[in-house]
Amino acid sequence: MQVSGRFLPWVAGLAALCLVVGLIWGFFLTPDDYRQGATVKIIFLHVPSALVAINGWMVMLVASLIWLIRRHHVSALVAKAAAPVGITMTVIALMTGAIWGQPMWGTWWAWDPRLTSFLILFMFYLGYIALWQAIEDPDTAADLTSVLCMVGSVFAILSRYAVLFWNQGLHQGASLSMDKQQHMSDTYWYPLVLCMAGFMLLFLALVLLRTRTEVRRRRLQALILRERMA
Amino acid sequence: MMPELGKYAGAVLGAYGLSLLLIAGLVGLSVWQAVRMHARLRDVEERGKE
Repeated sequence: MQVSGRFLPWVAGLAALCLVVGLIWGFFLTPDDYRQGATVKIIFLHVPSALVAINGWMVMLVASLIWLIRRHHVSALVAKAAAPVGITMTVIALMTGAIWGQPMWGTWWAWDPRLTSFLILFMFYLGYIALWQAIEDPDTAADLTSVLCMVGSVFAILSRYAVLFWNQGLHQGASLSMDKQQHMSDTYWYPLVLCMAGFMLLFLALVLLRTRTEVRRRRLQALILRERMA
Repeated sequence: MMPELGKYAGAVLGAYGLSLLLIAGLVGLSVWQAVRMHARLRDVEERGKE
C-alpha cells in the first residue's frame, strides 16, 4: 500500500499530461485525411481505447493465473479492479468505432470478425463483473472469475488478430505497423503514441487506485466481522 | 482555434464528447469510492482503538 501510494500521484499526473497533450495535439493540430476527412481525428480515441480494452483483459488473465497458482489475494483484487476500467475502454472503442463507421462505411455496425469478437469481449467483461457481484465468498468468486477470464482471453486475442485470421469484413488491418511502407504519417503517429501512452497510464493509475480500495474493503469486512464476534 | 470539421463535425465532436464523459465518470467514481472506503475504514479502526 505504501509503494502504490507513492507511485499513484506520479502515474496519474503523467497520464493526465500525456492525455491532455496527445488529445489537444490530435484534435486541434492534425490536418484532415484526404479520404476520411476530419473523422480521422477519432483515431486518437478509438485505437488507444481498443488497445487498453484488449491488454486490460490480458492483465486480468495474468493476475487471475497468479491467484490460481499462488493464491495471492492482492492479484485477485487487481483482476477485479481492472474489469470496470477495461469495460469502459471497450465501450469507448465500440462507440467511437460505430460513430466513425457510420460516415465511412455507411453503417453503424457490421457483423465483421473484429467488431463481433470485440462485442463478445464486452459481454465477457460484463459477465466477469456480474460474477464478482453475484458470489458472496471472495475466494470462490476469485476462483470462478479466474476461469471465466481464461475462457474470455480467447476472444481478447481474437479481437486483436481477427483481421489477420479473416480477410473479409469492413474493418481495416492494423493501424500501426513497424513496416515503414505501411506506417502511418508522422503527423498522426506522434500524437497517437502520446494518446496510447496516456490511456495505458490512465489504466495503470485507475487499477492502482481501485486495487487500494478493494484491499481496504477486505480489511473493513474483516474488522467488522471481528467486532461482531467479540 | 476550433478546427474546421466540415460535415463530420457531429461525428467527431460526438465521439470526443461521449468518450471524455465516460472517462471522467470512471475517474470520478473511482476517486469517490476510494475516498469513501478510506473514511469508513478509518472510522472502524478508530472505533476498535477505543
